[in-house]
Amino acid sequence: MKKIISLCTVFAMIAILSACGGSDQNKQNENASDATVAETATANGNPSYDPNRGEGKFTTVEVGEKLDVALAADGKKAFDIKCSSCHKLTEEKLVGPGWKDVTKRRQAPWIMNFITNTDEMLNKDPAAQAQLEICLVRMPNQSLSDADARALLEFMRENDGVK
Amino acid sequence: MAVLIAVSTLFSCKPKNAGNAISGDAAAKAYVAPGKYDQFYNFVSGGFSGQVSVYGLPSGRLLRVIPVFSVDPEKGYGYSEETKPMLNTSHGIIPWDDSHHTELSQTNGETDGRWCFINGNNTPRVARIDLTTFRTQEIIELPNSGGNHSSPFITENTEYVVAGTRFSVPMDDSNGDVPINTYKKNFKGTLSFISVDKTDGKMDIAFQIQCPGVNFDLSHAGKGKSHGWFFFSCYNTEQANTLLEVNASQRDKDFIMAVNWKKAEEYLKAGKGRKQSVKYAHNTYSDITHSATSEIKTEVIVLDSKELQDICYFIPCPKSPHGCDVDPTGEYIVGSGKLAALIPVFSFDKLQAAIAAKDFAGDFEGIPVVKYESALYGEVKKPGLGPLHTEFDGKGNAYTSFFVSSEVVKWNIKDLKVLDRASTFYSVGHLCIPGGDSKKPDAKYLIAYNKITKDRFLPTGPELAQSAQIYDISGDKMQMILDFPTIGEPHYAQGIAAEKVKNNSVKIFKIEDNKNPYVSKGEGTTKVEREGNKVHVYATAIRSHFAPDNIEGVRIGDEVYFHVTNLEQDWDVPHGFAVKGAANAELLIMPGETQTLKWIPTKVGIYPMYCTDFCSALHQEMQGYIRVSPAGSNVPLTFSVGKNQPAAEEAAK
Repeated sequence: MKKIISLCTVFAMIAILSACGGSDQNKQNENASDATVAETATANGNPSYDPNRGEGKFTTVEVGEKLDVALAADGKKAFDIKCSSCHKLTEEKLVGPGWKDVTKRRQAPWIMNFITNTDEMLNKDPAAQAQLEICLVRMPNQSLSDADARALLEFMRENDGVK
Repeated sequence: MAVLIAVSTLFSCKPKNAGNAISGDAAAKAYVAPGKYDQFYNFVSGGFSGQVSVYGLPSGRLLRVIPVFSVDPEKGYGYSEETKPMLNTSHGIIPWDDSHHTELSQTNGETDGRWCFINGNNTPRVARIDLTTFRTQEIIELPNSGGNHSSPFITENTEYVVAGTRFSVPMDDSNGDVPINTYKKNFKGTLSFISVDKTDGKMDIAFQIQCPGVNFDLSHAGKGKSHGWFFFSCYNTEQANTLLEVNASQRDKDFIMAVNWKKAEEYLKAGKGRKQSVKYAHNTYSDITHSATSEIKTEVIVLDSKELQDICYFIPCPKSPHGCDVDPTGEYIVGSGKLAALIPVFSFDKLQAAIAAKDFAGDFEGIPVVKYESALYGEVKKPGLGPLHTEFDGKGNAYTSFFVSSEVVKWNIKDLKVLDRASTFYSVGHLCIPGGDSKKPDAKYLIAYNKITKDRFLPTGPELAQSAQIYDISGDKMQMILDFPTIGEPHYAQGIAAEKVKNNSVKIFKIEDNKNPYVSKGEGTTKVEREGNKVHVYATAIRSHFAPDNIEGVRIGDEVYFHVTNLEQDWDVPHGFAVKGAANAELLIMPGETQTLKWIPTKVGIYPMYCTDFCSALHQEMQGYIRVSPAGSNVPLTFSVGKNQPAAEEAAK
């Protein structure tokens, strides 16, 4: 718990440095009281923060053994419009990290939570924060629908060699 | 008075006379803590700025300036290819106007938070602002008009927005090349009734009513029992065409014109209107194509108030009436003679009885004039000097501004007794109570809009700001709690509870829905194309780069069009776009939007372009270059992002 609190504080400082608009800063203000929120959650008996799942609406994601080709194609479309400006499909970092092997590094719920609940994840998740320290650009919320997010996950799987 | 206040604030912390000065809790009443929202939006006309400003109440914080009739280089409004058509008129593109009155759309006589209308006074127009985007969505020009002042007041279900001409002029289809002193013979006044589509707000001139040549000044719709009627104040019934200051102030009484628009609708349906050939622009902006289109329309239907009985009646009203305000019940019509020392209050019921009984004092150019006493409910005696405008609190009280005596006077409508008076600093014009001209005022605050501020703020040379002053009117006595400077000259303003507007605010435009013909949906679709001497750059912007950001092969003599799509899908992340030497403004592109900047380079060289709106930690890295070669150069057209191209000359070999 304590670790999360201190991470939050450190992060708030970084975020203020890198924040762009007023809305981001507001988020930071809200975040100042995150410690209390987290504590209450624990007191209520909810599980404390799960770094494998991240923060967001997705807890489990059903992923097939084989690739859902049509779904991956939808994901490619969303990638072209909303992601490709900043992410390469290789390991190379552009604005954000390259996508190669992301589905091996992160669990499916974490990925879907991160791409749909970006601000909160950047405020809370240690792995996301570590990445921000490298990239120094907060990943924008790209208003992905749940369906978009799932399709993108499938496209990432395809990119990682799932057939 | 000013001296008194200055003295009292200097020498005592708690002024003894709360009626004359700021009382101790004023600051707390106007204070809205950092990060907290105001209770009301205040949509204030920008006067000679041509725009609409939006303030929060009670803090007086400026939230936004919405460009309407004037160009705004900061937002690229009137400069981007997409917005230029918004300023088109039958006289071509006009970069400025003088905007006087805001009016919020209503449903059942209550403000509904959908649209805000505003008039363009100089080149007669009415604009509609969409309150989900706070942007001007439509502008319609008015034929047969000169000076659209008594506008854009609306009926209780926003059936119509009206526009009455301040300057009477010859009708557009007649020969206008006449001596000015033939005013009485050749000049006409028109009242335009603009219909508003219930669903999308689209405006259309349903009909115009041709009236005698006078000056139409202000207006308000009837409501409740008087729904179906509209009231316009008129001056210069002397029909003078020079030195109106003297020549239009001869008569003891001018008129309020009562217009039975339901009757006019019947005549229209029965085909009694005259189709007149005119020219006027109708401009609309689409949030799907992110561009405006301008259409020149060529016909309007005119109803003649002289030939068609029972549409128009004149009510005598003392001394060049200005404000023409209808109380929340719809029974009382308050006229304010600019040069009068009393306020006449007319009764709708009495007016109807007088019309039924043909209780007329005669006619003016063929239009019946109802006897003053027959329409009069009563007069407020000695209220002050120079009454201008009246707003209502819905509790039986009216608040009238007095320009000459610089005060707001609260009076009771029923017994016509003055209840309270408060000084303004100085020379107040319009007043606003949120919902104060509707059936349901939300009467917590009253705002006075002042023409003169002289010693109220730190001096800024010869030109000083106009101001607004907020009074807490929740008690019996008005209490001034704040004054703040405004942009332009504020005329009328409207207020509305924040809840009715804020939850509908659009945060982004969905990139998937973008139908701009030059959109780039993703970096993969960016390109640069040449069509003769036109170079089209299809570019994207996202934190923190443009694609493409290196362009070569532009030549002197080219017209370059940068079609920049902002790929962001998060709130409050616009990107700006500017290029060195462009005889144009910047673009300010909202998330999901495409906007186009036209640039005609005039000198050979390397031209930087960059993002103007601080967007991320790497905002200063958001930049690029365009190489401009001489006319006839054979440098090939190339573009790239993320890699240093081999030198173009090399590639060409």
